[in-house]
Amino acid sequence: MKLIIATIKPFKLEEVREALTDIGVRGMMVTEIKGFGSQSGHTEIYRGAEYAVNFVPKIKLEIAVSAAMADQVVDAITKSARTGKIGDGKIFVLDIQQAMRVRTGETNDDAL
Amino acid sequence: MNPMLKLGLAATLIVLPQLGLAQEAEDAAELAVPAEVSTDTVFILNSLLFLIGGFLVFFMAAGFCMLEAGLVRSKNVTMQLTKNVGLYSIAAILYYLVGYNLMYPLGDWAIDGYLSALFPATAVLEAVGITAEDADDYAYASTGSDYIFQLVFCAATASIVSGAMAERIKLWPFLIFVILLTGIIYPLQASWSWGGGFLDEMGFSDFAGSTIVHSVGGWAALAGALILGPRIGKYGKDGRVNPIPGSNLALATLGMFILWLGWFGFNGGSQLAMGSIGDVADVSRIFANTNAAASGGAVTALILTQLLYKKPDLTMVLNGALAGLVAITAEPLMPSLGAATLIGAVGGVIVVFTVPMLDKLKIDDVVGAIPVHLFAGIWGTLVVPLTNPDADFVTQITAMAIIGVFVFVVSAVVWLIIKAVMGLRPDEETEINGLDMGEMGMEAYPEFSKT
Repeated sequence: MKLIIATIKPFKLEEVREALTDIGVRGMMVTEIKGFGSQSGHTEIYRGAEYAVNFVPKIKLEIAVSAAMADQVVDAITKSARTGKIGDGKIFVLDIQQAMRVRTGETNDDAL
Repeated sequence: MNPMLKLGLAATLIVLPQLGLAQEAEDAAELAVPAEVSTDTVFILNSLLFLIGGFLVFFMAAGFCMLEAGLVRSKNVTMQLTKNVGLYSIAAILYYLVGYNLMYPLGDWAIDGYLSALFPATAVLEAVGITAEDADDYAYASTGSDYIFQLVFCAATASIVSGAMAERIKLWPFLIFVILLTGIIYPLQASWSWGGGFLDEMGFSDFAGSTIVHSVGGWAALAGALILGPRIGKYGKDGRVNPIPGSNLALATLGMFILWLGWFGFNGGSQLAMGSIGDVADVSRIFANTNAAASGGAVTALILTQLLYKKPDLTMVLNGALAGLVAITAEPLMPSLGAATLIGAVGGVIVVFTVPMLDKLKIDDVVGAIPVHLFAGIWGTLVVPLTNPDADFVTQITAMAIIGVFVFVVSAVVWLIIKAVMGLRPDEETEINGLDMGEMGMEAYPEFSKT
């Protein structure tokens, strides 16, 4: 089992969700976050004073899938979230030690 | 065609010319009657103008309140609302106790033209159900209507101060300043012009108060902001300006529109009479010019911020509209619509360039009250002689300087005394946590959370 954590541009959320459901992903967690990476913020002007926006709004996705499906998910996110401009985001893949569906008590792959 | 309809049309054709003739005859009869309005009617219409103007200007208290509530951070909104209700109500009480008769000595001066009275009497209304003989001024208007109209102007002056000093001054020191501003500072300097004092003798022309109301609020706010200092975190050590965005631009915009509406009463009511064709026509000129100036200010700020900053800045557009309104307030009657638009437009330019200028000087003005009310007020007063042949530049500048020095110095002294006696600012922790919890113990938006 793998946990895929992806940060994407907020306006790409719907496209990414569609791409993932198309390949059979049946659940994900979505969080509005702020952060910085190589894009490292930008500047805005408010009432004549320039200021740095150090943290850029992003969407964080957390998707738990079977190990066999992980590459496919990463690929789908990469394709659907890419604009080619700076700030498209990053994807991390982690191992999951254990999973449990609360309602039924199913474990591991059955719980995903 | 339906025969009945044909019949109807024919009948109409026959009757119509006759109706027209009758109308012309009536018009001729009316014109033949001298356009004399009875004194009763003049009294009623003048009082009505004051009352309509009065409640429009009263509503500006809501405008200031919403503008400020929207431009401060959510942790200071309850405090800002409390200050606005408090200052208006205190102004009403002080204007009754001292202000009204200090401002209008009716020719009875303690020091002729300069000091109306050492201990002014409280305001007294006419009796209930008066007849023409009992009226204080039968040829003009009821005392109550004049009183309420003048009172709301006094309160507007105090509203200006609260916005500039928001988010970092404690409640009670602020309200104590309001007592002195609305009871003494405002009415005393207003008596010099509108009460028939020495500035009026000199020929100073300030129709509805670009200087007497707006710049007075602005000078008091400037003195206060200088003595109070900026909000924690507003200016960085290396000279950087850190913007502190407001909590609710929808409320701020509503506040601006309420002020715009109220300004029709502010300027229109300042015609001070509606009992003749000439007066009513003038009031309507003033409404149209007031609106034109606000539009000029808003559009100028919109275009300028787009050009200078690549994105239009709504808060500047709000300030621009208000600066246009303040600018036209000194002479809303004489200009043409075009001139009024231009006078307002320059107000918009002033705002866009002086807001960053104040930041460079590290004068923290949360809502832009000083650029809007002081700088645009000076511009509006200065430009009066261009459209009003009875005014001249030397007098305008002299009067502005006298009022400016008086209000700035007296306000500064009052602020310094309050600071020495009870302090102006809350402790650092309270300011950073927000005055709402620290001073008021309640939040304006308890169910909103921010990460």
